[in-house]
Amino acid sequence: MRSAVAGVATREITYAQALNEALVEEMRRDRSVFVMGEDVAIWGGGGIFGVTKGLIEEFGPERVRDTPISEQGIVALAVGAAATGSRPVAEIMYVDFMGLAMEPITNQAAKLRYMFGGKAKVPMVVRAQEGAGRGNAAQHSQSLEAWFCHIPGLKVVTPSTPADAKGLLKSAIRDDNPVIFLEHKALYFSKGHVPDGEHLVPLGSADVKRQGRHVTFVGIHATVHKALQAADQLAEEGIELEVIDPRTLVPLDVDTIVESVKKTGRLIVSHEAYTRGGYGAEIVTRVVESAFDYLDAPPVRVCARDVPVPYAASLETAALPQADDIAAAARALVSKQI
Amino acid sequence: MAVSAERAQHSRLTDEQLRQALRLMLTIRHFDEQAMALYRAGEMRGTTHPYIGMEAVGVGVMMALQPTDWVTSTHRGHGHTIAKGGDVRRMMAELLGRSTGYCGGKGGSMHIADMDKHMLGANGIVGGGMGLATGAALTCKLQGTGAVAVCFFGDGALNQGILHEATNMASIWKLPVVYVCENNQYAMSARADWTVAGGKPSARAAGYGIPGVDVDGMDFFAVNNAAFELVGAARRGEGPSYLVCLTYRYHGHHAGDPLNYRDKEEVDRWREHDPIEKMKHTLAGRGVLPDASAMEQEIEAEIAEAIEFAKSSPEPSIDQLMTDIYA
Repeated sequence: MRSAVAGVATREITYAQALNEALVEEMRRDRSVFVMGEDVAIWGGGGIFGVTKGLIEEFGPERVRDTPISEQGIVALAVGAAATGSRPVAEIMYVDFMGLAMEPITNQAAKLRYMFGGKAKVPMVVRAQEGAGRGNAAQHSQSLEAWFCHIPGLKVVTPSTPADAKGLLKSAIRDDNPVIFLEHKALYFSKGHVPDGEHLVPLGSADVKRQGRHVTFVGIHATVHKALQAADQLAEEGIELEVIDPRTLVPLDVDTIVESVKKTGRLIVSHEAYTRGGYGAEIVTRVVESAFDYLDAPPVRVCARDVPVPYAASLETAALPQADDIAAAARALVSKQI
Repeated sequence: MAVSAERAQHSRLTDEQLRQALRLMLTIRHFDEQAMALYRAGEMRGTTHPYIGMEAVGVGVMMALQPTDWVTSTHRGHGHTIAKGGDVRRMMAELLGRSTGYCGGKGGSMHIADMDKHMLGANGIVGGGMGLATGAALTCKLQGTGAVAVCFFGDGALNQGILHEATNMASIWKLPVVYVCENNQYAMSARADWTVAGGKPSARAAGYGIPGVDVDGMDFFAVNNAAFELVGAARRGEGPSYLVCLTYRYHGHHAGDPLNYRDKEEVDRWREHDPIEKMKHTLAGRGVLPDASAMEQEIEAEIAEAIEFAKSSPEPSIDQLMTDIYA
């Protein structure tokens, strides 16, 4: 993977450490920022994956607030706090638990500003982690980003690297809108280079993780890394895969994706969310609307099978998009001559 | 009436504030009567939920608050907005979907908010205000503003899960919030005496270790005196409470309610306890009743002018459709 920013000194840290740095820096910068969620303060020093580690020592229990197990309440309180001058960062431990919190997300956070004719703002972040690959089974492994992308008024962020995780979380905290910030549980301990000093990544800007001429790949979270593996394999066969990480799904940087497809004429979309109704379908539609005449083959979805995520390793692996699936899809696309 | 007069002896309000309270109650009643008339005349879209009969609750609580205190409301929100100092012209314009309305015509009756007055909006979700008010109280605590939050909710919302989650968090964190249950005894057609388990709603407060106070919601002084106590406790950092006001809506759930679930005799019985008539009587007993008919005429003129303002205002232009989605 290319280095995060050319010419800037970097450190190699994990995705979880990068998120932690973002929280620490923004809490130091703005006293109205506070963190609340289940087991964010005490457990293991801060959070089940260490994202909020050490925060309570520096910022105290008022601003690093362990909550009861009350997902709807956590998000609903965050909305009220945000509308009255705070900048809450609420954590829902697993995205699967968001079903309990969908009321305040969809009917309050997303809509207050519009319903009030622009008189309110709701500057809040809801962090959650999604994704499979750790044997957490059907109620702890889903990828549900499409739920939030469907609702006007929300922004949706899905970083795949430590640098993006840090830069996007800082931007999300500073944003005056409700941002659903979705992390991937299998990426927390992955390492990457993160620029020293202030590092912001704007919302709505895709990143081309690898350039290529033959097939455009657009993927979310872990599928970006699987695509990069597939790209190495495909390169040996003379197939160049261009790997794009949209980084934010709402707003979506359509231009970067469309420009790539105009170059390659072929598109793969990929995510660990179920295929049916997934955000990949939206990306395909946006490309077809803008670049139909450039397509040399029908776009392909390499996404999770439409099944609850199974427990056994053999079944879980089969349900999820793998590097080999991406490589196979790319080969099939380039073999189609129109 | 005698009980109310006794309670009035203990009122913290000045004579001028008492006259203001009566004015607000009359304004709410007249505003909602006119809103229903507009709806029936086909001039209003959606629907409207009249607060008529419940005026002592909204005004009684609001007269115990400071301007910087936060309030969340319900479907039945007109009374709360007026009592918090809202502008009836902008309210009426919103009901008629005009660009001069509180929400620029984007919200309508169920979403009127006045952020400048710290009124966080009516809410179309039953119980939707509970998290907002509790979150507002969290801001007050974290930022040390000294303000409190008040959450109005109906008996129907007593059975929403968010009430449990929000009350529990407010209690363990001693947040400055008062939950005001407007028990008008019906959630649409569902009677509170069979939907609410455990007897009195106020008894649920004990489960959270917070005060649960019952008052006669048809008596301004009962509501106002209790609100001063509970709001004061919240402001002193003593934590949240439930204030349950037994009241009654004279009209249907909304303007299109078939009203086949209660009989006229019941309505008539409650109308005998009319909060506005009771207020007038008590103020007269104290010798501070203003010329009520002159006050009513002023209010009628004010509402008529608001309707005129609304009708003469333009509808929102189509270029406003996609604005205000994001900040």
